[in-house]
Amino acid sequence: MTDLHDKSLTELAAGLEKGDFSSVELTQGLLNRIAAHDETLNALVTITSDEALVAAAQADAARASGDAGVLNGLPIIHKDIFCTRGIKTTCGSKMLDNFISPYDATLVERLGAAGAVVLGKANMDEFAMGSSNETSYFGPVRNPWDLERSPGGSSGGSAAAVAARLAPAATATDTGGSIRQPAALTNTVGIKPTYGRVSRYGMIAFASSLDQAGVITRTAEDAARLLGVMAGFDERDSTCLDEPVPDYVAELGHSIKGLKIGVVRQHFDEGLDADCSVKVKEAIAALESLGATAVEVDMPNIDLSVPTYYVVAPAECSSNLSRFDGVRFGHRAENPEDLHDLYCRSRGEGFGDEVKRRIMTGTYVLSAGYYDAYYLKAQQVRHLIADDFKRAFADVDVIAGPTTPTPAFKLGAKTDDPITMYLNDIYTVGANLGGFPALSVPCGFVNDLPIGLHLVGHHFDESALLRCAHAYQQETDWHTACPEAFK
Amino acid sequence: MSAGWEVVIGLEIHTQLSTKSKIFSAASTAYGAEPNTQACLVDLGYPGVLPVLNEEVVHMAAMFGLAVNATVAPRSVFARKNYFYPDLPKGYQISQYELPIVEHGELFITDADGNDKRIGITRAHLEEDAGKSIHEGLDKSSGIDLNRAGTPLLEIVSEPDIRSAKEAVAYMRKIHTIVRYLGISDGNMQEGSFRCDANISVRPKGQEEFGTRAEIKNLNSFRFVEKAINYEVERQIDLIEDGGEVVQETRLYDSDKDETRLMRSKEEANDYRYFPDPDLLPVEISAEYIGSVREQLPELPDAKQQRFVDEYDLKKDDAAILTISRPVADYFEATIAATEAGPQLAANWIVGDLSGALNKEGLDIGESRISAEDLAGLLTRISDDTISGKIAKQVFEAMWGGEGAADEVIDAKGLKQITDSSAIEAVVDKVIEANPGQVAEYKAGKDKLIGFFVGQVMKETKGQANPGQVNQVLKAKLSN
Repeated sequence: MTDLHDKSLTELAAGLEKGDFSSVELTQGLLNRIAAHDETLNALVTITSDEALVAAAQADAARASGDAGVLNGLPIIHKDIFCTRGIKTTCGSKMLDNFISPYDATLVERLGAAGAVVLGKANMDEFAMGSSNETSYFGPVRNPWDLERSPGGSSGGSAAAVAARLAPAATATDTGGSIRQPAALTNTVGIKPTYGRVSRYGMIAFASSLDQAGVITRTAEDAARLLGVMAGFDERDSTCLDEPVPDYVAELGHSIKGLKIGVVRQHFDEGLDADCSVKVKEAIAALESLGATAVEVDMPNIDLSVPTYYVVAPAECSSNLSRFDGVRFGHRAENPEDLHDLYCRSRGEGFGDEVKRRIMTGTYVLSAGYYDAYYLKAQQVRHLIADDFKRAFADVDVIAGPTTPTPAFKLGAKTDDPITMYLNDIYTVGANLGGFPALSVPCGFVNDLPIGLHLVGHHFDESALLRCAHAYQQETDWHTACPEAFK
Repeated sequence: MSAGWEVVIGLEIHTQLSTKSKIFSAASTAYGAEPNTQACLVDLGYPGVLPVLNEEVVHMAAMFGLAVNATVAPRSVFARKNYFYPDLPKGYQISQYELPIVEHGELFITDADGNDKRIGITRAHLEEDAGKSIHEGLDKSSGIDLNRAGTPLLEIVSEPDIRSAKEAVAYMRKIHTIVRYLGISDGNMQEGSFRCDANISVRPKGQEEFGTRAEIKNLNSFRFVEKAINYEVERQIDLIEDGGEVVQETRLYDSDKDETRLMRSKEEANDYRYFPDPDLLPVEISAEYIGSVREQLPELPDAKQQRFVDEYDLKKDDAAILTISRPVADYFEATIAATEAGPQLAANWIVGDLSGALNKEGLDIGESRISAEDLAGLLTRISDDTISGKIAKQVFEAMWGGEGAADEVIDAKGLKQITDSSAIEAVVDKVIEANPGQVAEYKAGKDKLIGFFVGQVMKETKGQANPGQVNQVLKAKLSN
């Protein structure tokens, strides 16, 4: 019983099913760990102990009456970007420090209906804008592998919590790498599904055409289990596609023999840390030893991903964040002199620097006279990048490479240099621009810091990624490594 | 209006589409509810919510497009129009910008010379309405009612083909008639369901280049459109003739003072930073869909008017009035279907007495106190000589007053026309006997006195004698 926190979601599901322990015991155990460790990590903005224990007791009762959902009694954490009814939803911002959502996001609703127990809400970069979790109004999250280092972002709280065994799984979102980069930097599995696979309803928008909800776990199998519940059509999101959702867990059983893996030539040039490069190549070789074949693919436009992303995403965010005006919800400046003052001070006080920087960038690129040169051009390049992927997928099933250029960097190391920070997304943003599913799986350590193997699949082929990662995890034990202080 | 100048006008008409729910949410669009009771989380622009297009608005826009002979775009795109205002919850309005759903339409109005004049319709696009700011009765603060936020609008933009205030009104009326025919808008101007912005400029006659235009916002009656345009045209001409220059700006019409005044200059205009809304997919319409909409189109005003002239042999003016709305046309056709009295008689009564009675009480034809069938009953009694046209007016009034159908009123009041010749002869004899002087004068050649005798007979019979018969009998007896 003492090591429940180290078990995967799948193992915990089996234990609950067998009656080895109750959800209340499991939940209480994890709440105790959160109480013990979260002051150090700062992974959670809100801890919902009371609600969690009530939900756990209900789950135990449901199981007793033979009415258990597929996630019955399993504890998870939600990134604080998902609206949760009656529970504060801050999006990492002072702007929403007082915001209690009147409704549940579709994803929250679906996981709840399957019986999941919510332990709390995870810290994140403000409005998901950041790659280090340092832009959060609630302070940076620390990386369990080295407390001086960033866990990555924007889903840094989700990743740190799962890595530190505060929960077996956490929901997360990914606009340019916000699931996969923190997963890589914390030795966890992170999957960003195909754009349109999981409903965005109730997920506070950063860049609507790029945002996608996913999950961070320690195993691909756990990710498959959760994705099966989260995915699927939602009539409340027009961009959520009505595509059949396969049984991801069942499909893990299929071997990867004959799977064709594309290795992007451009992803192994000077930008990539040499030790990381070695580890990633070893991981690809391991997949080959499992029966996959690797071929080099050329993506001539992939280098344009970051600049393209940093036009499209800020443009959309500048508009998406207009609703935070101090009028109906969120932070409102005290004693405004007039309407203009209400807007300026509410937004000036409520948003942090990075959010302001992106709103300004986005406003600029959409302005009359600049739209064609920036936004329109970026949309055109976006098509070229997506075409690179599509061309590659004509020959290969999965594209593999590094998730990040380096392992976790020190907190504060890049905060004064947004451009260097933005380059952390270099390998991940392409998948968002093209709407492709992508996943990061632990593939070793460099200087005692974890790194990840990045896999991108064709639209709606999350299965190929999960199968690959699962097969790899059957042969390797990187993911079972636990940071010393959190054993 | 000063001679030597040509007026150039383009109208942007905002028509509220009469859907039950809003364009991007399930909230009701009903007018007049308590503030903020018909605004759901989507309308309030809450964090995380998303718009979902109401399919019915696409159908309605397609109907309009086909009705004005326009292209219904196989692919149109919703865009965000970004600006801050308290009654605009999301900080942007979802509208259509580069790719509207309807383009290249036209309609015909009758110009001052009575000729058909084509007015081009540049485009019509779908968008959501904003909420309403309320300042009255609040001290140092404003209230916001978001019931209207998200109400579907079709913005119909004309070409600058309009050359006078009268033409502008004719065009606006035509659009008003069309949207109501199609059943896509109630066209209620008091409730703001139908309003327009007018772009106005003037240029010396013969000049090809347009003058600088001013835009007048939010005109919500036909009368205001006419007055505002006339005022604005005078203002611009005076300005130029005094050596000044028209400035591109947005103006408001003050109906109390009957003048337009500056709202904002071009420099103060917002940069709306339009871009395609990433929350909504492009609207893709197949040829089959357009075909099925076309099949469902009702008969349109122009076609109906022409049919009334051709089929019922009506005067063009009467046909125009009777086709002003579908309910009026339907009333007319229901009336003539229920009587042998003939279309022109029905037209005369509907355009005349019935319209008068309705207008007096401010009623729509749907609220008429006399049904089409009952009116037909009255017309039948006129045409079969049971009553005269004059008595019919009396019967009509009684029917309007709720005294029953024509036959009931005629019976109850004993208004049946006297056609019994012996009865008429008796009265004629009495009148001749009582007026020997006039009889002598008549016989001496003063033929006009026949009218006097007819009047006397009618008076004696309380108007119920058949006038034709009276005439005949009188002439016969007086020539003896």
